[in-house]
Amino acid sequence: MSNVGIVIVSHSPLVAQGAADMVRQMVGNDVPLAWCGGDPGGGLGTSVEEIMMAIERAWSEAGVAILVDLGGAESNSEMAIEMLGGDKAGRIVICNAPVVEGAVMAATEASGGASLAEVQATAQELSPA
Amino acid sequence: MIGQEQLSVLVTAAAGTISAHADELSELDSAIGDGDHGYNMKRGVEAVLGDLEAISAKPLPEALRAIGTKLVMTVGGASGPLYGTMFLALGKELAINPDDFAAAFHKAVDAVAARGKSEFGQKTLLDVLYPIAAALDTGKSKAEIVALANQEVTATRDRKAVRGRASFLGDRSIGHVDPGARSSALIIEAIAGKLQ
Repeated sequence: MSNVGIVIVSHSPLVAQGAADMVRQMVGNDVPLAWCGGDPGGGLGTSVEEIMMAIERAWSEAGVAILVDLGGAESNSEMAIEMLGGDKAGRIVICNAPVVEGAVMAATEASGGASLAEVQATAQELSPA
Repeated sequence: MIGQEQLSVLVTAAAGTISAHADELSELDSAIGDGDHGYNMKRGVEAVLGDLEAISAKPLPEALRAIGTKLVMTVGGASGPLYGTMFLALGKELAINPDDFAAAFHKAVDAVAARGKSEFGQKTLLDVLYPIAAALDTGKSKAEIVALANQEVTATRDRKAVRGRASFLGDRSIGHVDPGARSSALIIEAIAGKLQ
């Protein structure tokens, strides 16, 4: 698929899955989509390994936009991108946007064939300046 | 230079103090964060211990990178990438210049600051790591370094958090010691206690 992929990363798997459900309702299967949530011990938190696998599941040649909730989700996503490395790392962005609204907006933009930069900019319009 | 046997002793000591203080660290984190710092760190150091034989068989820079990768993959929370970056960067710098530990440490702390988009004085582990980097630069003794680390932990009590989840509390973060600063000082003290 040539549309930008979306990855949702939350401390809570329920939040991540719920946000992904809302994205699917909006864009169906037009956008590669994956989510993850929970730390390596199964508690609330995030896991670099899970984030790397979610990026692979949602991979698109057009790139992947990641939506995160709180601090650890962002730094673990940055770490995941670095560890994937290579050519892929340059085609993955983290959106500074609220996770649920950002994911829905980003996916809607992506479903129209927008570029990775356009998808990220659309999600970030939701952020306070 | 630290040999393989000594690395194993140092890692075991650092992991031991983190596990022994896991409850205390999580309690500190409960006051101003999400209350999982001690348990997250414990999970990470136990994973490192589980791989210690393979890790300590590597040359020091590679061993440090392996520790960093293990912490990144197992700690979770924001402390995983921060401590992971510390060890990954330390390994990277020592591979380039094995004879200047102080310079490597300083660069590793800079990498942690970049990872956390933070700086000294914002009630984080950097409030301990930067003064220790400066103390290493000036060749302070082990006892002086341990005393300084603990003093810097206490100093975080009166600071207001501006990074991480503690920043959501604003002024209410004042009056609590930062758990990341405390875990850093614990590791520094454990390592200093075993260094010959």
